[in-house]
Amino acid sequence: MCATCGCSSDGKTTYYLVDKDQPHSHDHSHPHDHVHPHDHGHTHDHPHASEKKIIDVEQDVLHQNNLLAERNRGYFDAKNILALNLVSSPGSGKTSLLERTLKDLKGELEFAVIEGDQQTNNDADRIFATGTKVTQINTGKGCHLDAHMILHAMQGLKPKDNSVLFIENVGNLVCPAMFDLGEKERVVIISVTEGDDKPLKYPDMFHSSTLCIINKTDLLPYVPFDIEKAKANAKKVNHHLDIIEVSCTTGDGLPLWYNWLKSKVMQPEAV
Amino acid sequence: MHELSIVMGIIKIAEDHARAADAAAIDEIELDIGTMSGIDMDSMEFAWTQAIKGTMLNDCVRKINSITAKAKCLDCDTEFEIKNYYDACPVCGEHLIDIVQGKELMVRSLLVS
Repeated sequence: MCATCGCSSDGKTTYYLVDKDQPHSHDHSHPHDHVHPHDHGHTHDHPHASEKKIIDVEQDVLHQNNLLAERNRGYFDAKNILALNLVSSPGSGKTSLLERTLKDLKGELEFAVIEGDQQTNNDADRIFATGTKVTQINTGKGCHLDAHMILHAMQGLKPKDNSVLFIENVGNLVCPAMFDLGEKERVVIISVTEGDDKPLKYPDMFHSSTLCIINKTDLLPYVPFDIEKAKANAKKVNHHLDIIEVSCTTGDGLPLWYNWLKSKVMQPEAV
Repeated sequence: MHELSIVMGIIKIAEDHARAADAAAIDEIELDIGTMSGIDMDSMEFAWTQAIKGTMLNDCVRKINSITAKAKCLDCDTEFEIKNYYDACPVCGEHLIDIVQGKELMVRSLLVS
């Protein structure tokens, strides 16, 4: 059992801290078995075994995840780390946006990245190539990251004080919506090669995000994507949503994203 | 299929409470599920059937209180039932709405023996 959170790691989720010397070393493995060969004798009587009893539970089903998310949030707050949860369907350009951001803002902000995918370290390798600290989470069959995975990924990653932590979720516009990771802001990314009705089709994700980035705007002349319609649809689902249009290829709009990012980074207060 | 994670969460909460009460079995479980909680009931049903096997909920009767989602219009204060996040206020037609109920996902109570 994991001493930090009491989890019985089943080895399905793996964590790799990408490292120069050991690029694919396992971090935080639980190789030990838990054998409980002892019998549980019940010599005492259960005089009320047949008696029925009502228990008022009144507990949120996501309670455990939410507790761990708050714990992550406390860690981030204490270290003044801006944690962002990036969500989108596969192929919208999350990793490309990160690569570009990490290169362009190098020297201005300190970054760390957690990559979430079912399989492979491909994304972590791309991030590592920009000179950024990165941990890859492979969820195996899992369709989303949860707060518990972030807690473990953090143990190896140890992001610096006053840094920005990007958490790139598993490419999926449905399931990650329900799982708070402890992030400060949730950023949903869509690309113009998708449908402009995406916010209506996957409303939970747009409803729970604070910023929507519309990527690949350089392709607008070649696709039937109506950007004004997409923005109106996103606003219908969530009127609080900020929207920024970018192209990671040409760099159009990226200064708006960088300004948004910098505006969210809190300067440590002098005491 | 995040419904499987949700069902596993329900089983854990229920078994923890039942064990704490020294119960041997859970006969009945009552859940509150909002219509906009993000749960697909068919997926939930599928995950439930598989996941409860061999648990204390094996022979359990499940009672679901479906909570109809409601929103309040920020422009004209009308409260109305919604099916989708993008529903407009039926009175003024605005989309400036806040959800006031229907996101619930909770284990309400257990009947144990």
